[in-house]
Amino acid sequence: MDLLFMAIYAVAVLGGLLGAVTYAILFERKVIGYMQIRTGPNRYGPWGMFQTIADVMKLLMKEDIIPAQADRKIFVLAPVVAFAPAFMVFAVISWSENLYAADLNIGVLYFLGVSSMTMLGVLMGGWSSNNKYSLLGAIRGVSQMISYELPLVLSVLGIVILVGSLNLRDIVFFQQDVGLWFIILQFPAFIIYMISAIAELNRSPFDLPEAESELVSGYHTEYSGFRYAFYMLAEYTYAIAIAAFATTLFFGGWLGPAFLPGIVWFLLKMCLFMFVWFWLRATLPRARVENLMQFCWKVLIPLALLNIVVTAIIKVWMGW
Amino acid sequence: MAIKTETMTLNMGPQHPSTHGVFRLVVDVDGETIKRVEPVMGYLHRGSEKLAERFVYTQFIPYTDRLDYMNAMTNNYVYCAAVEKLLEWEIPERAEYLRVITMELNRIASHLVWWGTYLLDIGALSPFLYAFRDRDHCLDLLNEISGARMTFNYMRIGGVKWDSPDGWIDRVKEKVKVLRENINEYDTLVTGNEIFQSRTIGVGKLTKEQILDWGISGPLARASGLKMDIRKDEPYSIYDRFDFDIPTQEEGDVYARYKVRIAELYESLKIIEQACEQIPEGDIITKKGKRIMMIKPPAGEAYTRAEASKGEIGVYAISNGKNKPYRIKLRRPSFVNVAILQELLIGKNIQDLVAIFGSLDIVLGEVDA
Repeated sequence: MDLLFMAIYAVAVLGGLLGAVTYAILFERKVIGYMQIRTGPNRYGPWGMFQTIADVMKLLMKEDIIPAQADRKIFVLAPVVAFAPAFMVFAVISWSENLYAADLNIGVLYFLGVSSMTMLGVLMGGWSSNNKYSLLGAIRGVSQMISYELPLVLSVLGIVILVGSLNLRDIVFFQQDVGLWFIILQFPAFIIYMISAIAELNRSPFDLPEAESELVSGYHTEYSGFRYAFYMLAEYTYAIAIAAFATTLFFGGWLGPAFLPGIVWFLLKMCLFMFVWFWLRATLPRARVENLMQFCWKVLIPLALLNIVVTAIIKVWMGW
Repeated sequence: MAIKTETMTLNMGPQHPSTHGVFRLVVDVDGETIKRVEPVMGYLHRGSEKLAERFVYTQFIPYTDRLDYMNAMTNNYVYCAAVEKLLEWEIPERAEYLRVITMELNRIASHLVWWGTYLLDIGALSPFLYAFRDRDHCLDLLNEISGARMTFNYMRIGGVKWDSPDGWIDRVKEKVKVLRENINEYDTLVTGNEIFQSRTIGVGKLTKEQILDWGISGPLARASGLKMDIRKDEPYSIYDRFDFDIPTQEEGDVYARYKVRIAELYESLKIIEQACEQIPEGDIITKKGKRIMMIKPPAGEAYTRAEASKGEIGVYAISNGKNKPYRIKLRRPSFVNVAILQELLIGKNIQDLVAIFGSLDIVLGEVDA
């Protein structure tokens, strides 16, 4: 019975996710469109509602090309490897007080551990394509994602210290008890988290791995059709996952005034995060490679460590 | 144990997104550091100079449009001016004013395209659309007067083809105000941005000596502290009647070039405003200029130069007394300016390659002619 429930839940989340990604892309294009004094997609369906669906249809019907010089097995596997962990992390996300898959007592650890595997998909895709641009994109992508993994993890540690649990649900309950969201209690950590999350997602201004003006399209240059769609799916799924994680950690998860159910609050907060990323994409140019690394190792990581120390001291001092 | 490493040869172009046309760079990279770079050009070669010898003088004007298609008016002008110099014709006042207004509008459009695409190159998406919004203001005006948006074919030997439509001058004045406000917006959107500054300050430096050695002109030279602008140094057309400055910067890096070009936008607006105030009524073309088959300059040679948006454009024309030129030689600023690329790029990384290459502001139609 449990197994059946799990299967149904997984399919439901997957279905929901596909819909969410479809409309996240539309949302992104609309947001960026209006910021760029144009209206974005508006041909298919009211308000361009079916634009992404049409795009996906196009991608699915395209010829499936695998370059002759590519490493076939890895090439085929890479998009799946990129997508699977991004989807797996949804297991520990608690959408509302009663709607969740796994009440895992190491939820934070699970999320961070599994999500860092998406990097493998980038590396495999870039390596197996046997394309110089892809390789450069993958090198950039992997070095960037490994580096920014550290501040991301460290920024979360402050919260873990305060709550005394790695369970994502406990973290939300803690925020309920205290009556304050962690964005206020852990503001520096929030900033560090946001910056490293953008780098983790390879989004602008840290979109160096797929810098179209330099590397054509980065690690997925050689991908087309369905496999390309899969990479895009992985990218947006991961973005939604990171947004959901941030909502849980910093924005009190499903908490909110009672006139709306918890899940609606959760989704609204997630949309807010997504909006911030789209907004940045419309505003900022691409950062320099050296600066990116320097910023990570010389600014973010020391700051995150400092935050942990201060949090620990406060925790002991206040006796929480 | 030493790891075996080798350099990788990366072929950027002719379809690479950052080359803005069909330019090809063969780059040897060690990791991301450039060890050797070899520009390959000529994909757009059309033999313009040779073609000129087969046409009646006026027929070559549309070909000048297609050199630097972002700044076609100045190309039109400099060719017509060369022939007029051979002919020793006086040009009607009104025609000169219309020429200046259209040339400056076109310069603004050209700089805006550079501004937008350059920021697109270094990863900012939005400025491109803002630039094209404002470029369209210019192009609409030019379209109204010439009937085309890019390849205008507007100037004629002895004047211009069309007089301005009713109310056109007023519309230009209005648009100048709009543009000035919009360009102010750019500064707030981009210039102060720290990421932008970190990408551009200190990148791709050109010294004064390099500028002079390589014969570089235009905004590139002005960004390295050389106060040279043909509109001031050797005023052609009626540029001596207007009050404007030559913006210069000392640093010579990419950021300085950016600032020079932004400042030039304001200067061009100033010139347009003054020209719109002063423009007289009258003919737009000399009587003799209308009989295009009969344009037969006396045997001789002439060189004219003008300040295009990319630098100094020059036309050297030789006539043997017939109604077709004996020889036309074009000095194309993009072609001259791009020559330094090889020297500039060694030791930089691929990211800087895009930033530096974009800052040269070349148009492939002009590089390859």
